[in-house]
Amino acid sequence: MNRLSVEFCGVEFKNPVVPASGTYGYGREYECLYPLSKLGGISVKGTTLHRREGNPAPRIAETPSGMLNSVGLQNGGVERFLDTELPNLVTKDTRVIANIAGSTVEECAELAARLKGTAVDMIELNISCPNVKQGGAAFGTDCTIAGQVTRAVKDNSDKPVMVKLSPNVTSIADIARSVEANGADAVSLINTLLGMRIDIKTGRPILRNNVGGLSGPAVFPVAVRMVWQVANAVKIPVCGMGGVSAWEDAVEIMMAGASLVQVGAAIFRDPYAPVKIIEGLERYCEDNNIANISEIVGTVKPW
Amino acid sequence: MYKQGQYRIVSKKNLAKGIFDVEISCPHVARLAGPGQFAQVAAEGYFLRRPISICDIDKDKGTIRLVFEVRGKGTEQLSRLNEGELMDIMAPLGNGFKVVEGVKAVCVGGGIGVPPMVGIARQYGENCTAISGFRNMAAVILQEDFRAAGVKTVLCTDDGSAGRKGFVTEALEELVSQDKPDIIYACVPMVMLKKVAAVAEKNGIECQVSLEERMACGVGACLGCACKVKGENGEAVHKHVCKNGPVFDSKEVVFP
Repeated sequence: MNRLSVEFCGVEFKNPVVPASGTYGYGREYECLYPLSKLGGISVKGTTLHRREGNPAPRIAETPSGMLNSVGLQNGGVERFLDTELPNLVTKDTRVIANIAGSTVEECAELAARLKGTAVDMIELNISCPNVKQGGAAFGTDCTIAGQVTRAVKDNSDKPVMVKLSPNVTSIADIARSVEANGADAVSLINTLLGMRIDIKTGRPILRNNVGGLSGPAVFPVAVRMVWQVANAVKIPVCGMGGVSAWEDAVEIMMAGASLVQVGAAIFRDPYAPVKIIEGLERYCEDNNIANISEIVGTVKPW
Repeated sequence: MYKQGQYRIVSKKNLAKGIFDVEISCPHVARLAGPGQFAQVAAEGYFLRRPISICDIDKDKGTIRLVFEVRGKGTEQLSRLNEGELMDIMAPLGNGFKVVEGVKAVCVGGGIGVPPMVGIARQYGENCTAISGFRNMAAVILQEDFRAAGVKTVLCTDDGSAGRKGFVTEALEELVSQDKPDIIYACVPMVMLKKVAAVAEKNGIECQVSLEERMACGVGACLGCACKVKGENGEAVHKHVCKNGPVFDSKEVVFP
């Protein structure tokens, strides 16, 4: 009966809509608006082995139809996540995707090992953060290293591992093939596109980090294209994200090949965005006699 | 606890060049709101919401007042909204000013930092002096609002075209030496905020300061609006203006 329930890497999601890592914290800030149980899952704030203070401010700049951020993975470290946030999240009746990032292959492996046996449903390995100097995008832009870090995490994990890919590459399909060959259970894409804004009065970049990651509706067509390319290149499932703001966008990115959809920057504009998207998908299924939303995945008929 | 919704503008005034005062009917928000908190306001055609401090709250009428300056295209868009139209806001957000019963307060505001002082000054009435600073006479706003609440006012302008010539920090030092307050509330540019904090510290006066930073979510989820504060061991750590602030104890803040 549930038209929206989807299975992704063997994990059952009540619907395919998941707030994206870094845009939703651990859910606490939005609970006063609606119960988190409405969501398919939550991809929590990127977690590193040790506490990180992140980059200096300003970390945010507006762009046409979007924004740049250079937060730089500020977080309390994996132990704090496990002690303080996870016990709360597991009571919310929604799937928990732990987003992890490390500056070395060993650090990523250690993080995965630390999450063994915990209530985390799935790991999202971030090899694409544009705002950190080590690891981050350096992993995600090289096929060999992307493969190595994926293998190391898989070897140390008892969870399905989804690898979050960077769009700042020549061929995202090649990176996707490499992580698939090294055991990735799924891929998620796209992380933010590297961008820059300059204050013309001062001649200074608006971001203290000079450059940052572009997200929001501005990147949506890039995300659709890359999801389509990756879905055609690999057999593992694809989680699509990048500028998804409305249910129509979710349908579009699913038609391109995404089985799960993450919603990010749109939440800043409308904190109810994930819930509105879920309701829109429900109506879409009803109106089009779709028994389950998974039926539309990858159904684009290219010319 | 905050709300998000479309709320009706019940009055709109142009207080000075590029400065607008809108009163919004939002009983649920007004009930929750306190002085020093802020609203995230959506401007049609622009992606990010604009953080605007709450100037005043009328819990009986169920309204809040937002006084904002047109700083760019987004706030210009907001200034086009008229009485009777809807404003999309998330509010009240952040930690506002803490009120201490039965003490004497001074509120120090500069330019667009003056509006958040109206709500807190009202809590103290005649036990409060509001020191406000503006560029010149044409930019002066809200002095009548302070006086109507029984608050004493000290007006400063950079060019001396209204009130006394000079900065709010000079007026504050003078006031402190003559009639020392128990608490100082401040919303002024960072360089002056540092001076206000120094005056407070030298004289052993509690001081609450309101900070600003470029912001995205407004609720503490994205960690965009970082500010440096002293951590448990005295080292500088990043907290967030939207969730931990915008009001901080001045002793916590690491001034640049």
